[in-house]
Amino acid sequence: MSFGPHLLLATLEGLVTAAVLALTALGLSLVFGVMRVVNVAHGEFFMLGAVLAWAFSTLVTGHPALGFLLALVLSPLVVGLVALVAERLVLRRLNYNPESTIVATIGLLYIIQQSVLTFYGPEARPVVAPFSYRIMLPWFGYSGYKLFVIAASIALIAATWLVLTRTRIGLVMRATQYDRETAQSFGIPVDRVYAGVFALGAMLAAVAAVLIVPIQQAHYLMGLDPLLLSFIVVIIGGLGSLRGTVVAALLIGVSDGVISVFFSPTLAKMLATFLVAMVLVFRPQGLFGTTAR
Amino acid sequence: MSGHAPDGAGSASKAWALHAVVILGLLSLHVLLPDYHHGIAARIMVLAVFAMGYNLLFGYTGLLSLGHAMFFAAGLYGAGLPVYHLGWSVPVAFATGIACGGLLALAVGVLALRTTGVAFMIVTMMFSQVAYLMIYWLGDWTRGDEGLTLSRSERIVELGPIFLDLTDRDTRFLLAWALFSAVLVLTVFIARSPFGRVLVAIRENEERTRMLGYNAFANKLSAVVLSGLVCAMAGAAYGLLFGYVGATFGSIQYSILPLLWVLLGGAATTLGPLIGTYFMFYIVDFTQGFLRAYMLLVGVALILLVLFFPKGILGTIRERWLKWLP
Repeated sequence: MSFGPHLLLATLEGLVTAAVLALTALGLSLVFGVMRVVNVAHGEFFMLGAVLAWAFSTLVTGHPALGFLLALVLSPLVVGLVALVAERLVLRRLNYNPESTIVATIGLLYIIQQSVLTFYGPEARPVVAPFSYRIMLPWFGYSGYKLFVIAASIALIAATWLVLTRTRIGLVMRATQYDRETAQSFGIPVDRVYAGVFALGAMLAAVAAVLIVPIQQAHYLMGLDPLLLSFIVVIIGGLGSLRGTVVAALLIGVSDGVISVFFSPTLAKMLATFLVAMVLVFRPQGLFGTTAR
Repeated sequence: MSGHAPDGAGSASKAWALHAVVILGLLSLHVLLPDYHHGIAARIMVLAVFAMGYNLLFGYTGLLSLGHAMFFAAGLYGAGLPVYHLGWSVPVAFATGIACGGLLALAVGVLALRTTGVAFMIVTMMFSQVAYLMIYWLGDWTRGDEGLTLSRSERIVELGPIFLDLTDRDTRFLLAWALFSAVLVLTVFIARSPFGRVLVAIRENEERTRMLGYNAFANKLSAVVLSGLVCAMAGAAYGLLFGYVGATFGSIQYSILPLLWVLLGGAATTLGPLIGTYFMFYIVDFTQGFLRAYMLLVGVALILLVLFFPKGILGTIRERWLKWLP
């Protein structure tokens, strides 16, 4: 294959990464934006979504699309429920103190990860893609499912954006983000908003995981990479900014795809992590964000 | 985290007496413990040095780092690589490992201290992740996950009349004990020194400390470097004493563990790190026997500590009964 098609392939792969990453990072960004806490267990919600997707898809026989659809609906719901319980039992009692929350969510990370290891085992298991249509390009065939992942991610992000900007729920969430105390005195149940946002953030990660699991197998340690990448995206995009998150996910996803085709993936990850740490040191509001209030 | 107990000659001598008892008590374990627990005790003392280094920054200065694995790994590889590849002698390699940790801490400190709070945690975690990935990137020398095993001939010290064989269980225990005791005494000195008081003041109220004319940045940077040096010391000692240098020690898990040990034992107490490390090591060692997912306990312990027991074992004892505990 010559350079042009090779680059096209790398870009497509990068777009798939970006699509999944944008969804995952959006969840992290929402939680940080509204609740001002960093959820270190976010990657484990992603992993739990993937593992549950495998579990639900094996429940149904027949056409693979049935199992996939079942997983797409149920897996985020269960993950959201787990997040809700964790929020009520732990985060709320900590009064959302940023540092204690980080320590507690590290604990949550190990609890989820190790429970999955106990009940699901150390194997990596695939979920069959709902359809296996291949699009024939002049130079190579490309999986139609991967293009579907990109489309689905765009649709979900658009839906989240609509909810945030056009609905009452979104208004309440934004009000809580701007000023918690004023929102409270205007009768907004801040406490319940927090619980909902935490669950929603986890569900976005779970949806992303269900989408990726036909491409990448479900494994109990798969949560670390999405966590670190989401951190990177959220930091570059500016903490709590939806537009910044999507732009940064595209930037990181596509460049990750392109770089790891042409260079060593370890070096790529190393440089990306280092550069992002530097962004956080020298431009804490992110590359696209504005200064925090 | 509570402030410091009222100071007086009485409390000072009580504190020194307590530390002397602990140090001698650990030495007595050398003859008391059966073989298996003897080996564990040596390991725990080295890891407790790691925890004490972490405590200097987290407990006393109030800076929560999620990247201390990089300092441990800097010591581990700074000492292990020259021994393995260049045939350096153990004392020189040990010093090199410590120097590597100190330099890394200086660089990381200058950058990361520009941030505060949550950003500081994430920046340290990311720098540590870069260091971890670098171990794999330099796989030709480090052999990544598989790691390097130092042979017996590489772990023999001959300094004039002194001959030490680090593969020998007694030598190993006594060296670990000596290192632990030295760092413990150092911690007590720092905690009682004016420098230590400034660190505590920064933890309690940085703004006010600055208003009083102290340079907060310089003091925090000294704390980071000191903490990095001690953690690298633990890493270098671990590699040389137990003869294994592997990438696992650079992973995020080894940044979380010292946090857990210090939280459990009691942050900003001199003996808390030892107690936390001892407890956690045995809990994990015990459950590993029948549970594959033993890290589950680490998670449960972290959540329970932060919810119900934020001062840890010694922190609570100090608050309730023994106000003079350093």
